[in-house]
Amino acid sequence: MNILVCVKQVPDTTEIKIDPVKNTLIREGVPSIVNPFDGYALEAAARIKDKDPSTRIVVLSMGPEQAKAALKECLAIAADSAYLVSDRAFGGSDTLATSYIISQSIRLVEEKEGVKFDAIFCGKQAIDGDTAQVGPEVAEWLGYPQVTYGLEAEAAEDGLKVRTEAEDGVEIIGIQYPCVVTFTKPAWDPRYPTIKRKMAANRAQIPTLTAADFPAIDTARIGLKGSPTHVKKTFVPQKKSGGIKIKEETNEESALKLIALLSEAHVI
Amino acid sequence: MNFHFNEEEQDILNMLHDFCLKEVKPLAAEIDEQERFPKETLTKLQEMGMMGIYMPEEYGGAGLSYLTYIGACEEFAKYCATTSVMFSAHGSLCCWPIEHFGTPEQKEKFLTPLASGEKLGAFGLTEPGAGTDAAMQKTVAEDKGDHWLINGSKIFITNAGEADIYVIFAMTDKSLGTKGISAFIVEKDTPGFKIGAHEKKMGIRGSATCELIFEDCKIPKENLLGEVGKGFKVAMMTLDGGRIGIAAQALGIAEGCIEETVKYVKERVQFGKRISQFQNTQFQLADMQAKCDAAKLLIYRAAQAKQDGEPYSHLAAEAKLFAAEMASDVTRRCLQLIGGYGYTREYPFERMMRDAKITEIYEGTSEVQRMVISGWMGVK
Repeated sequence: MNILVCVKQVPDTTEIKIDPVKNTLIREGVPSIVNPFDGYALEAAARIKDKDPSTRIVVLSMGPEQAKAALKECLAIAADSAYLVSDRAFGGSDTLATSYIISQSIRLVEEKEGVKFDAIFCGKQAIDGDTAQVGPEVAEWLGYPQVTYGLEAEAAEDGLKVRTEAEDGVEIIGIQYPCVVTFTKPAWDPRYPTIKRKMAANRAQIPTLTAADFPAIDTARIGLKGSPTHVKKTFVPQKKSGGIKIKEETNEESALKLIALLSEAHVI
Repeated sequence: MNFHFNEEEQDILNMLHDFCLKEVKPLAAEIDEQERFPKETLTKLQEMGMMGIYMPEEYGGAGLSYLTYIGACEEFAKYCATTSVMFSAHGSLCCWPIEHFGTPEQKEKFLTPLASGEKLGAFGLTEPGAGTDAAMQKTVAEDKGDHWLINGSKIFITNAGEADIYVIFAMTDKSLGTKGISAFIVEKDTPGFKIGAHEKKMGIRGSATCELIFEDCKIPKENLLGEVGKGFKVAMMTLDGGRIGIAAQALGIAEGCIEETVKYVKERVQFGKRISQFQNTQFQLADMQAKCDAAKLLIYRAAQAKQDGEPYSHLAAEAKLFAAEMASDVTRRCLQLIGGYGYTREYPFERMMRDAKITEIYEGTSEVQRMVISGWMGVK
């Protein structure tokens, strides 16, 4: 089985600073990490590989040169090979343009690796942008079925059995290959890299795919030009103060207490 | 001398640092309180290949330098002295003698699972009547032709009960004194080999410290480690290295304690000032930092000498003597700076102070280190 995992390098901070002029994230001085949700996607792929060691895991990231550090981290954990997609022409891409470039990249990596990916795994969203759009959009560009909010995937006959997080429990959804699955936080932590994999990953040469590698790419769909999203304003949300929990003996008492509190606050 | 880690080594130590913050630090108080061996941490370290960090790659180790291994002993101890000694008893006292004195067959059979993280190791020398005077071994190994028959007991054995492979020492010829001691490899579950009582200790309370009991314990002939009668040399050479690991543990405890203290004094306000603003606090911490760095240089010098194949016995003794006494002093003074809160189990200071004390005692007391150093100086 061949799995491609899409990862993004994100700043490791909850206090993201924003450039007030350009409305973009200020990344200088902030340590970078693999987007945690992408880490869960990689762990899900690694768990499939634990059961079937012939599984091949390839990681792909779009970003600046330094995103290779995130790819090396993935190689240290479980990936067999890694590709970086990086070109100034791709800069300023919104989720639609990004997902277009990634879907094109997946096809190119398939050519280079000489394989057809059975499944594309993504984190459900990146912790910097939080859009949760790129994974599903990649599925649309590729014309693949998709499952979102995955916790764990198991290889079945001709597709995957994906345990997903649902409102009121866990759903198990069957999906045929080739497919896209986005992952959320499961109950377990992703594995640590081993020393040997870490050392091998540090020595690994990661190929960079640039715009020149995509002669057939539709230039109207990439970069700032190909991005219909226009950011009007970005801001750091104000920290919410903690709420209160009402849990009286009976539901009726809880309701009465809630009404009393709301009346006190002149809400009702 | 240059003690800088190369990029690869530093990278592994950084990875270990992240691991310690996520996995080791949060468990330290709990395993101390419950006197519980940190099995879950061990399993993760084994999976990461950390337990064979400096063992040769051909035997499943990571093949990193000895200095990196010592850096790891130090890193663990910053957060949890128990985890550090579990790691160094395995690495210094079980893996090393097998790697150094073992036959190719012994290395294949015992070192490979130890270095690849499948199995945990331990070392048994101390007996009720043979502590610092380790030559007074009462445990006996008789040559029965096709096997060795071991009778006797060992006490204060780190990783006992948790370990799978034990390097132990026994008299093969009582009439020869230290020249009658031989080293053996014993596997857990060998008939006649039992684990005795669990010691209740002042510090490193998560560490498994138990008695080993041998009652007509038959072990294969090929489990003799090194030559017959050379066991005392195996033990002494092993402990020379072990001391660097314990010195690094002492250093780590002191560094961890200083780090926590600096955080605390910058927040705690008395007499309208942060206590970090008082000169007493500043000068005390400056002294402690200087002593910590001095210990570090001694330890890294000893580790570098061992790594380079130079004589290091007295260097290891100097490092352990200085680092252990420094750690006891630093943790005691840090606790005094913190005051009442430092005495409570809500903070790690009292645990660190209790943990530091053992470094002056095990793998050669401070007095033994003074004997080694003065002997090397020719002061007789």
